Amino acid sequence: MPDILQIKNVSKKYSNHVALNDVSLNVAEKAVFGLLGPNGAGKTSLIRIINQITGPDSGEIFFKGEKLTQKHVERIGYLPEERGLYKKMSVGDQVLYLAQLKGLSKAEAKKRLTFWFEKFEMQSWWKKKIEELSKGMQQKVQFIVTVIHEPELLILDEPFSGFDPINAQLIKNEILELRKKGATVIFSTHNMGSVEELCDNIALINKSEKILDGSVKEIRKANRTNTYKITFKGNLLGFTNALWTGGEILEKHTEDEIHSVTLKLSNGVTGSQLLQAVLPICEIHSFNELIPSMNDIFIMKVNQGNEAVGTQSNYTE
Amino acid sequence: MRKIRLIIGREIKSKLKNKTFIIMTILAPLLITGFLAFMIKMTQSEKTEQNVLVIDDSQLFKDKLVGNDYISLSFTNQKLEKAVGEFTEKGYSCLLWISPTIVEGGAGAIKLFYKKSPGFAFQTYVKDQMERIIYESKLKANNIDPNIISNSKQSIKIILEKVNDKGSTQEQASFGLFGFLTGALMFMFILMYGMMVFRSVMEEKTNRIVEVIVSSVKPFELMLGKIIGVAILGTIQFLIMGLITFILTTALSAIFLKDASSQLKVFETQQELVKKNGTNVNFNELEKFDDKLELFDLLKKLQKIDFMEVFICFILYFIGGYLFYSSIMAAIGSAVDSESDSQQFITPVMIPLMIGYFIATKTIMDPDSSTVFWGSIIPFTSPIVMMSRITNGVPLWELVLSLSILFVSFIFTTWMAGKIYRTGILMYGKKTSWREIGKWLFYK
Repeated sequence: MPDILQIKNVSKKYSNHVALNDVSLNVAEKAVFGLLGPNGAGKTSLIRIINQITGPDSGEIFFKGEKLTQKHVERIGYLPEERGLYKKMSVGDQVLYLAQLKGLSKAEAKKRLTFWFEKFEMQSWWKKKIEELSKGMQQKVQFIVTVIHEPELLILDEPFSGFDPINAQLIKNEILELRKKGATVIFSTHNMGSVEELCDNIALINKSEKILDGSVKEIRKANRTNTYKITFKGNLLGFTNALWTGGEILEKHTEDEIHSVTLKLSNGVTGSQLLQAVLPICEIHSFNELIPSMNDIFIMKVNQGNEAVGTQSNYTE
Repeated sequence: MRKIRLIIGREIKSKLKNKTFIIMTILAPLLITGFLAFMIKMTQSEKTEQNVLVIDDSQLFKDKLVGNDYISLSFTNQKLEKAVGEFTEKGYSCLLWISPTIVEGGAGAIKLFYKKSPGFAFQTYVKDQMERIIYESKLKANNIDPNIISNSKQSIKIILEKVNDKGSTQEQASFGLFGFLTGALMFMFILMYGMMVFRSVMEEKTNRIVEVIVSSVKPFELMLGKIIGVAILGTIQFLIMGLITFILTTALSAIFLKDASSQLKVFETQQELVKKNGTNVNFNELEKFDDKLELFDLLKKLQKIDFMEVFICFILYFIGGYLFYSSIMAAIGSAVDSESDSQQFITPVMIPLMIGYFIATKTIMDPDSSTVFWGSIIPFTSPIVMMSRITNGVPLWELVLSLSILFVSFIFTTWMAGKIYRTGILMYGKKTSWREIGKWLFYK
């Protein structure tokens, strides 16, 4: 897949702190990209630069190979972390206004708005003022504002915060559907569960620098710790002896003569070697490799970064 | 451009839907004309029909003391005690008793009995006439011709003529109060619409919708759209108010000033005669208008004002002054999070406006002082001060200079405000200081 967005050496300084330090990223087209990082890492700064709300001090951004300029804003949809709409304006007028600002004609905006209102079953809201709606309803309106001009690139800052689980699922499905239709989605989140579920690729930003990026599958694979969980019936002592110096037992648990052991293999020892060694002495019920979750990787990488202040460059890639 | 148009449109629509705005637009002209009507009413005397029974025990006033359109006098020889009990039943509104010792003077010489007060104007009318009758009769008693006395009295009036650059002279209206009122109106308008921009900017910031909008348009476009939107709105409002005021005042003058304009013409021809022929004219003709002198003065001053010049200057200075201040207000609106924080930033902007207002009050007394001159050149105060001077005749070069400085300044403040606005609208939670705002000017 070609890249829809190339970010090259972007830096941004404010008067007393560095928001982004030489960040480079590529975002593949027609995929979901997760922008991860702890609070204050610089995610929102980067998102604002992509939206051309602020400009970078140095570095360049390319949209489908062209240098990013004001004309591209109509092809980008943005849902900020802090949601907001005009409180006193009616839902219909408001969405029409914002859609027109994104370059739609009034007639076209009306047509699409009708479609979305039917889809979310909220036709009766047209004349209501925003302040009369519940928070969840407001969020739905805001989501429509973000996608009504059918952007090629959708940027969502913490899209699930403030939604109840049902609405969050609704939005999740919309994101996946938009991707199916060919849109690229960038979203920043703390919710690692949704990252594994939705994201194809991610980048992790900590302390103004990118410390990790790539596809979710590969990152998880690359961060394997050679840890396995094995359940078997048989002699636990014999199992330990057979293991010998090949690995270290982290956790064990026995129930109804079935042992369940979590173990970390020594460097160079593979899962099949372990299986060969223990197969003769016990009856194996299950055998799984424990691949770290994105949550584990996130915490590990951020902690590593925090311990090694000043030498963060060691941890890129 | 399309996006700026959209922003302007929204700004205007959202305000037009506002009930307070509509009520203000209609109420303000009503208040203005109401005030004007009150002022005119005050200059005219009360005219309630009076039917007066007179008991003249001095025998001095019979046939000399006369009534007018609304006062009729009937002399009687009845006894006072009897008449006091009966005069209302006989259809008289009051009873005037003149003591036989009136010529000697002293308190209690004349008594007016009434059930319903005849008003101050009636008293003045009767008193003035009686004083004149006594005066003349005393002169006669001493063999002095009253004409000699009245001819030796000469009232004077100072006519102001300003010498302009070409050396020709022009009679000046010198209607300081009118100038001051236009200045004060300018002060109100700039403040009102400046605050409107301020609130609109702050609303979008506290609503947090601003981040959605600036992902579609440049912050500068958003700010400009707002400022222009409110300017158009202000002009519309001004025109509507102007139109309503015009209609109301026309109707008003038709009611109150029916005869005043034609009477003024008669009065002026009489005055001309006095100028030409000296004292050899009928003073009674002039005296008829004594109670209208104030009104005539007001009318004459109004007739001398070049309303077209005032109107054009008002529009130009309003645009310049509004843009100058509203861009500063927009910058401040972007810098604060809440209404309570805003006061410390609004005050320093209000001060030059207030100073302008005070200089405008000075213009009434001293229109050619150097404070007034500089006040009408410096852009912080020029819209207000220049408007207060305008009826005194301002040389063209001063107008051009002052307007050019104003327009160059607003380009500068708008540019600066754009820089502050861009950063300010996305700053939350921080206590903003002037120092901080200064730094924003230099962000990329």
